Amino acid sequence: MMAGVAEDEEKWLSAGITGLQQNAFYMHRALDSNNLKDALKYSAQMLSELRTSRLSPHKYYELYMRAFDELRKLEMFFKEETNRGCSIVELYELVQHAGNILPRLYLLCTVGSVYIRSKEAPAKDVLKDLIEMCRGIQHPVRGLFLRSYLSQVSRDKLPDIGSEYEGDADTAMDAVEFVLQNFTEMNKLWVRMQHQGPARDKEKREKERSELRDLVGKNLHVLGQIEGVDLDMYRETVLPRVLEQVVNCKDEIAQYYLMDCVIQVFPDEYHLQTLETLLGACPQLQPSVDIKTVLAGLMERLSNYAASSAEVLPTFFQVEAFAKLNIAIGKVIEAQDDMPIYGAVTLYASLLTFTLHVHPDRLDYVDQILGACVKKLSGKGKLNDSKATKQIVALLSAPLEKYKDIDTALKLSNYPHVMEYLDNGTNKEMSNVIIQSIMKNRTCISTAEKVEALFELIKGLIKDIDENLQDELDEEDFKEEQNSVARLIQMLYTDDTEEMMKIIHTVRKHILTGGPKRLPFTVPPFAFSALKLVRRLQSQNENVSGEEVAATPKDIFQILMQTIEALSSVPAPELALRLYLQCAEAANDCDLEPVAYEFFTQAYILYEEEISDSKAQVTSIHLIIGTLQRMHAFGVENRDTLTHKATGYSSKLLKKPDQCRAVYACSHLFWLDEHNDMKDGERVMLCLKRALRIANAAQQMANATRGSSGSVVLFIEILNKYLYFYEKGGVADYR
Amino acid sequence: MNFIIGAFKPACNVSITFSDGKSRKQVPLKNENGQTVTVPLFQSQETIAGKISVEPVSGKKVEHNGIKVELLGQIEMYFDRGNFYDFTSLVRELDVPGEIYERKTYPFEFSSVEMPYETYNGANVRLRYVLKVTVSRGYAGSIVEHQNFVVRNYTPPPSINNSIKMEVGIEDCLHIEFEYNKGKYHLKDVIVGKIYFLLVRIKLKNMDLEIRRRESTGSGANTHVETETLAKFELMDGAPVRGESIPIRLFLSPYELTPTYRNINNKFSVKYYLNLVLVDEEDRRYFKQQEITMYRLQETS
Repeated sequence: MMAGVAEDEEKWLSAGITGLQQNAFYMHRALDSNNLKDALKYSAQMLSELRTSRLSPHKYYELYMRAFDELRKLEMFFKEETNRGCSIVELYELVQHAGNILPRLYLLCTVGSVYIRSKEAPAKDVLKDLIEMCRGIQHPVRGLFLRSYLSQVSRDKLPDIGSEYEGDADTAMDAVEFVLQNFTEMNKLWVRMQHQGPARDKEKREKERSELRDLVGKNLHVLGQIEGVDLDMYRETVLPRVLEQVVNCKDEIAQYYLMDCVIQVFPDEYHLQTLETLLGACPQLQPSVDIKTVLAGLMERLSNYAASSAEVLPTFFQVEAFAKLNIAIGKVIEAQDDMPIYGAVTLYASLLTFTLHVHPDRLDYVDQILGACVKKLSGKGKLNDSKATKQIVALLSAPLEKYKDIDTALKLSNYPHVMEYLDNGTNKEMSNVIIQSIMKNRTCISTAEKVEALFELIKGLIKDIDENLQDELDEEDFKEEQNSVARLIQMLYTDDTEEMMKIIHTVRKHILTGGPKRLPFTVPPFAFSALKLVRRLQSQNENVSGEEVAATPKDIFQILMQTIEALSSVPAPELALRLYLQCAEAANDCDLEPVAYEFFTQAYILYEEEISDSKAQVTSIHLIIGTLQRMHAFGVENRDTLTHKATGYSSKLLKKPDQCRAVYACSHLFWLDEHNDMKDGERVMLCLKRALRIANAAQQMANATRGSSGSVVLFIEILNKYLYFYEKGGVADYR
Repeated sequence: MNFIIGAFKPACNVSITFSDGKSRKQVPLKNENGQTVTVPLFQSQETIAGKISVEPVSGKKVEHNGIKVELLGQIEMYFDRGNFYDFTSLVRELDVPGEIYERKTYPFEFSSVEMPYETYNGANVRLRYVLKVTVSRGYAGSIVEHQNFVVRNYTPPPSINNSIKMEVGIEDCLHIEFEYNKGKYHLKDVIVGKIYFLLVRIKLKNMDLEIRRRESTGSGANTHVETETLAKFELMDGAPVRGESIPIRLFLSPYELTPTYRNINNKFSVKYYLNLVLVDEEDRRYFKQQEITMYRLQETS
C-alpha cells in the first residue's frame, strides 16, 4: 500500500517535471524572441505545475526548485525588458492578469524583485504589496513555498540600514515588519497543516511538517541578519513579536523548533539582555514541548559565550543570569506537570554546567541547584529511569570535573542527598567516579570532617545499603571497586598527626560497617595508613621529645588490634596474621615490647586455631620466623618463649621437607648479626642438626616409598646454612 | 483585365472618405462575415463629414435617379437576422438624377449627430452605425455602398461611487464579509477589495471572482437572457481559517467589457455582475452575485 503511494507520487512528480520543462522550453523560446506576451503565458503555465496537491513536501520541493531556477531566468528577462524601456509598473500590472492565483503570485514576486531593484518605488511599498497579496494562498504547502520564494527573492532587497534600498527613518523597522509578517503567516500555515486531513495520518503529517520547518525558520535567520536590528529593536519588537507567535500558535512541533531557532539565530549578548522575556515564554508553551532541550541549548550557548571571553562575564552578573534561569527552570518544571524526572534533571544539569562556567566561585549556586533537584526527586524513592540516572550522574560529575577537587563537592550539602536517589548500581558507579576524580587529581582529604562526608557520599561502596538486596555484582567488579576504596584510604592523609588520628578513627568506624566481604580489602590499607602514622609519631618523638602528644603509638596499636580482630570474623586468618606481624614489627620499632608481644601472641593464636591448611602453615611459619628474627625489643624471656614456639611449630609441619626447611630457618632466630647478645651458636647448631636429621628421615622415607634415594636438595640447602653460619663464626666452634 | 469578372462588376466604384480620416482613431470591428476590419471611431454629437466619390468603370456612363448618403443607427436581433431596426436615420441628397461620365466627388456633412447608443456586438443582438451611399438606378438595381463606423460614448466619473460591502453566509457553516471598493467601474479600472472569513466550517478548496455579462433582449414574454462569464479570476487557493482576509485585485483591462447598457431603445440591456464563487472539497459551489455598473471613461492618452 505504502509502496504504491510512493510509486504514484514518483509518477506525479515526473509528470509535473515534464509539464514544467515543456512550458519552460516554450518560455525560453519566447524569451529569446523577446516576446513578452508569450513569455508570460508560458511561464504561468509552467508555474501551474506547482498547483498540484498530490506531492509530499519533499517531492514538491524538488518541483519547486526546478521552477525556481526557471524563474531566475525570467527575472533576468524582466530586467532586460525594463532596460529596453518597458515600464516596470506596467509589467507589474501585466503579470497580475494571470487567472490562476499561484502562478500569478510567483510572477508578481519575480517582477516585484525587479521593481525594487529599479528603485522606481520604495522597497517598503513593493514588499508590503507582495506580502499582502500572498495571503491568497491558504494551502499550507503551496503557501509555505510561495512565501519562502518571496523571502528568497527579497532577502537582499530589504530596506535595511546600509542597504541600497534603505528608505526613510524607520527603514529597518519596515524590513523587520516585512520579515516578521512573513514569518507569522508562514508559521500559521505550517501549524494549520497539523489540523488538516484525517487523524490517522498524524504521524505522516508530523514527518512532512518537520520537512518543512526550515522554510519557516529561514525567516528568523533573515531577521538575525538584518543590520538594523539592534538590541533595542530586538528587545522591543523582534523578540516579543516572535515569541507572541510562538506561544499563540499552541503547536508542539512549532514551539519546540522555533524556540530552538530563536536561541540559535540571535547573538548571545541579545539573549543575555532579554533573558527574562525569552524565559518568560517557556512556561507558556504546550506541556508536551521538549522544553528541556530548548533550555539546555540556551544554557549551553550562554555557557560557551561566557567561556569565550572574560570580558562578557560582568554582563552575566549584571543581568543576574543565574537567578533568572533558575527561576525559569523552576517555573517550567512546575508548569509541565507530566515532564519526566529525567527532563527536570537534565534541566538542572544544564543549569549546573552554566553555573560552573559563569560563576565558578559561587558554590552556593551549585548547592542551590542540587537542592532544587533533591526537592524535585523527593518522595519518588530510588530512580529506575535509566535516562534520569544518567543525567544525575552527569549532574554530580560536573562539579567534580570543574573543580578537580573533591573538597568542593564535599562542601555541597545537597550533594549526598542527590546521590541517595540513585539506584545501588549507579550509586556505586558514581562513588567510583568520585574516587577516580580524587585519584586523578591526587587530592588528599585532610580533615576528619571531610573524610566523614566523603564516606557518607560513597557509602554505597563501603557497606551493603540494603541487606535484602544482594546485588548480583560479579566478583571481578566487586574486587575492582573495593580496590579503589582501598586506594582511596591511602589518600586520606594529613601532616597534622592529631587530625590524622581523627581521620583514622573515622575511617575505622566506616570500614568496620563494611561486612565480611569488604574487610579483607579495606583493613590492610587502613592498617598501613595507621602504621604510617605510628612511624611519623615515632620520628617526631625523636625530634621533639617530652611534648605531650594526643595521639600515641600505643593508642594506635590498640585500634589496630581491635580492627584486625574484626578480620577473624571474615574469616581471613592469613591476612590477619600478616597484619599482626606487621604491627608487631612496628611496635618493635617503637620499643613497645608488651604491645609487640601481644601482637605476636595474636598471630600465634591465629596460627594455632585458624590456619589448618598445610601450605598456608608453611607460608605463615616462614613469615613468623622472618618477623621474629628482626625483633629486638623483646627481653630474653619473651624472646625465648616466642622462638621456642616458632621452632615447635616448625617441627610439627606435615611434610618432612617443609619441616626441614622451617627448622633450619629457625636457626636464624638465634643469630642476629647486629646484636651480639643474641648470637647463640649452640642453639643454631642444634637447629641445623635437627634439620639434618629431618632431611635424613625424609630421604629414608623417600627410599622406602618410592625406592629411590630421593633428592639431595635439602642437604645442599642445609650445607648452605652451615656455610653461612661458619662464615659468621657461629658454628665453627662446635663442629 | 478580366472581362468576365468585369462584366459583373458594378458599373461604378463608390468610395467614402472621412474628412479627418487620417487623424481619427481607428478601432477594430468585427463585421457580419466574421472578419475584423478597422473602422473610424466617433462619439455622439460629433460631426461626421467627408467626401463620396463615384467613379464609373472606365468609359461607361452611369445613369442614375439620384445619389444619396444615409447615416443609420441600427439594431439587429439575431433571431430576426437581416432585419434591421433603424433608431437613427439621417439622409443627405447628393445629386439630382442624371448621368455621370467621369469621377465625381460629393462632399457631405452630418453635423452634431445624436448617437446615444454605442456600437455593440453581443450574443443575441448587434447595434451598428453605418454610412450608406445609394446610387439609385431604375432597372439595373441600385448601387449601394456601406461604410461602418464605431460609436463610443464617454461618461465622466460618477460623483457618487459607493463601495459594495456585504456579509453573507450559510448558518453555522460559512460566514464571509466581502467588500469591493466601488460600485461603478470604468473599463480599465481595477477592482480592489477583500474577503473576510468570519466562520469557516466547510473545507474550502478555492475561491474565484467571476465577471459575468447578462444580455437580455426583447421585452415582456419574449425576453431572452444570455449570460456569459467573461473572466474567471482565482482569488484564493486552499482552505482559510476563521479570521483570514483575502485580498482582491482584479485588473479589468484584459477583458473585453462594454459599459452597462440599460434598456437600449427598448430592445436590449447589458448588465455586469461580479460573482464570488467558493468551491469546497466536494466541488460544491457557494456564490454571491453583485451587479456592478460599467462605464466608459474618456481615455486621456
